Amino acid sequence: MQFTIEVGRYNTEGRYADAARPGEPFPAPWNASPVRRYQTYTVDLPEHAVVLDALIAIREYQDPSLAVRCACRSAICGSCAMWINGHANLACKSKLAAFTKDGKTRVESPPSMPIIRDLVCDMKPFWDKHLAVRPWLENKQPVPPPNQEYRVPNAAMEELIQEVSCISCGACVMDCESFAVNPDFLGPQALAQAYRYVGDPRDAQTKERLGELSKEGGIWDCTHCFECVQQCPKGVAPLDQILKLRKMAVDAGYTHNAGTRHADAFAESVRHSGRLNELTLMPKSTGLFNIVGQLKTLPSAINMARAGKLPPLIHKSIPGVERIRKIFERVGGRFK
Amino acid sequence: MIADHDVIVLGAGLAGMRAALEAARLGADVAIVTKVHPIRSHSSAAQGGINAAIGENDSWESHAFDTVKGSDYLADQDAVEVMCREAPQDIIEFEHMGVIFYRNDDGKLGTRAFGGASQARTYFVGDITGQALLVTLYDQILKAGVKVYEEWFATKLYMDEGACRGAVALEMVTGELHLLRAKAVIVASGGLGRLYEPSTNALICTGDGYSLAYRAGAPLMDMAMVQYHPTTLAGSGFLMTEAARGEGAYLLNSLGERFMKKYAPTKMELAARDVTSRAEATEIAEGRGIDGNVLLDLRHLGPDVILKKLPQIHEMALDYLDIDMIKEPVPVRPGMHYQMGGVRTDVEGATAIAGLYAAGEVACVSVHGGNRLGANSLLDTIIFGRRSGRASAGYAKGTLPSSGGEELLRSEQQRLEGLLARPYTGETCAGLRLELATMMDAKVGLYRSDAGLHEALEALRGFRKRYENVAVGDKSRIFNQALTFVLELGYLLDCGEAIIRDALVRKESRGAHTHIDYPERNDRDWLKHTVLTLRRDGEEPEISHVPVTITRWQPEVRTY
Repeated sequence: MQFTIEVGRYNTEGRYADAARPGEPFPAPWNASPVRRYQTYTVDLPEHAVVLDALIAIREYQDPSLAVRCACRSAICGSCAMWINGHANLACKSKLAAFTKDGKTRVESPPSMPIIRDLVCDMKPFWDKHLAVRPWLENKQPVPPPNQEYRVPNAAMEELIQEVSCISCGACVMDCESFAVNPDFLGPQALAQAYRYVGDPRDAQTKERLGELSKEGGIWDCTHCFECVQQCPKGVAPLDQILKLRKMAVDAGYTHNAGTRHADAFAESVRHSGRLNELTLMPKSTGLFNIVGQLKTLPSAINMARAGKLPPLIHKSIPGVERIRKIFERVGGRFK
Repeated sequence: MIADHDVIVLGAGLAGMRAALEAARLGADVAIVTKVHPIRSHSSAAQGGINAAIGENDSWESHAFDTVKGSDYLADQDAVEVMCREAPQDIIEFEHMGVIFYRNDDGKLGTRAFGGASQARTYFVGDITGQALLVTLYDQILKAGVKVYEEWFATKLYMDEGACRGAVALEMVTGELHLLRAKAVIVASGGLGRLYEPSTNALICTGDGYSLAYRAGAPLMDMAMVQYHPTTLAGSGFLMTEAARGEGAYLLNSLGERFMKKYAPTKMELAARDVTSRAEATEIAEGRGIDGNVLLDLRHLGPDVILKKLPQIHEMALDYLDIDMIKEPVPVRPGMHYQMGGVRTDVEGATAIAGLYAAGEVACVSVHGGNRLGANSLLDTIIFGRRSGRASAGYAKGTLPSSGGEELLRSEQQRLEGLLARPYTGETCAGLRLELATMMDAKVGLYRSDAGLHEALEALRGFRKRYENVAVGDKSRIFNQALTFVLELGYLLDCGEAIIRDALVRKESRGAHTHIDYPERNDRDWLKHTVLTLRRDGEEPEISHVPVTITRWQPEVRTY
């Protein structure tokens, strides 16, 4: 079956090599990449082939100057995450047939990462975040003697297998909406790894970790866009782990932050009137006595007012709000 | 650039990182050189588990005996003893580092059954054991602050007055060549699966370390012993873990029979890998296969076991064959998987060259002999990784810093520039590799013959000639993979020649080496290792033999 692949090429050297002779396997001009352009290739592959099969076929028999990271070809090593039709995916797990749109598949390095060459991006931002959550066990004392394991229930280990399944491919970070606008955000992979240690009964620093994660750039900077859940090829569902961390952090008493205040204000408004009072949400999230913080939000408020986007000044309850309150009572917990 | 360290480790899989961690703990200035990010290393693809005799009713002697029997008595029993004695403590250490091993109801480590083992002693994390160990170890490397030269491709070892004193490596991102000088070098660069097509191995398993060490003068041992795994996925050749059979899966032929009853009536599907692979090949050859495959049937295990304990292979069969193993059996066949032979080392990882160590798949201690047991390779990496890390750090303490080497850096620079300048003649790197790998699978695979091996050696000579004409299809400096592929193909050719030459001399059948002209094991003449030493480039290597170390288990007839 014929597939058409449009590949985002990038080569800062932009050097042209000797063109191959016509009729030889490598069509001219091979290795003739200007700094950035899309290049279209046609490959003949079985119906069930994946995007990586196409890239390897191109690299091996059409254009050896195409740079692409890959190793295992079976969604284990995490090398080949890239943008496929505008979203991060593993090339080895994406069927060409499913990703053919308007007769072609577009493949490129994710714009959210610095690019090195062709489909090879610089993963440093990703690994920096990984390191930032101290991704190792801080052993609970006493550590058992060298011939003895920690005694923990299997369920506690199984609880973590979802996060341990992470292959660090970076697909979640590549498509994370928050990371795109806030490079300080730890991002979905690092936070899922953070949960892997917070949730480990053998770790001694659960509370300290939750404290660190509650700071700016941490768990509360996620905007629930669900891109990470959708893009993760291994079902790690980082957002689910972030939500678990939030609950644990609040339960551990880390409530003096904009994230908790925002959640509280949100819930309180819904409990009170059955819907969101956007007028009070921002001030309450910032902290009512945080004068500097309040002043910082002022320009946004003015812009919103100018654009006619300011919420109504009088906030009315919805009919039947008592029943909403009953739900809160029934659910219990922090907001009853 | 020229940088100096006490110890450099080539490779960042389990063996390499374990070695680096140990050397760092002992105070050595250690750096890892790896052509891919450590997490991309092929150790992550190990699925089933890691063996140790931890259980109350188990003993290191039992583990060692199973290993020796599995090796078809070619393993050195003193080395096997070291590995099996130290296994429990090393696995517990990984548990303390944070690996989420499967537990029993009492919260202690739990096991699963594996091939060739007299009892269940395989510890595991679902079917991602290698990945779970690798990530944990990588994070320990981060914690210890070990320097990692990431995406640096080693092109040559630096030899000075007969000792190994560093390596030259290409920094992929800049295209610059550097000299890394060190008092000791540990080669832990993994296997050579790309030499065979198909193979379960990743595209990065190109035999770099075998060739680098061999060309530096270190002998290779028992290279003929290439393992075919009994269950690789039809088509793609991806690994379907032995843990599937450990959990109780059946192997069926086209008649729906559990054919292993004919070949291994006691152990059935859990016979050693060489035995099981040959049984499958026989079924297929005698017309009881299905399109060149047999069937791996997991249906009776039920969705709970499959989804909880074998989720990854369930996903792979779905992704690459559209087969849901909960409902349908999976077509599998024997496929090249592992190299038992390698750079000859002692139990400290030391090679015959001063300052040069090796660990993991690239090394041959020998604990696997003619056939490796499943779940012994992860064990090999962490035990001998640790030991080579310790030994190299000790050696480095008593050694003066490495110096010089500028000449080598220049000559390597010229060599690479020469490669880049080669004109395009129509010979492609990928095409030549595929021909080589297809030939190896056909003639130096599961079955060998004198005629076939001679043809293979002749073919290899031809490939070597054609290799001189392979052009580098990319002239850029930055991330020039076309250049590293050509270098890798050179490594593969060295490995292929070593395997063929070793197979040619071994006139018997033992373990993975099944010689149709000599179908029986011959302990009188062949209970010995074959050692290949390079004399000079282009000349035939020197072939010698060393006895197998036998401590307590005399060779017996091997049945399962």
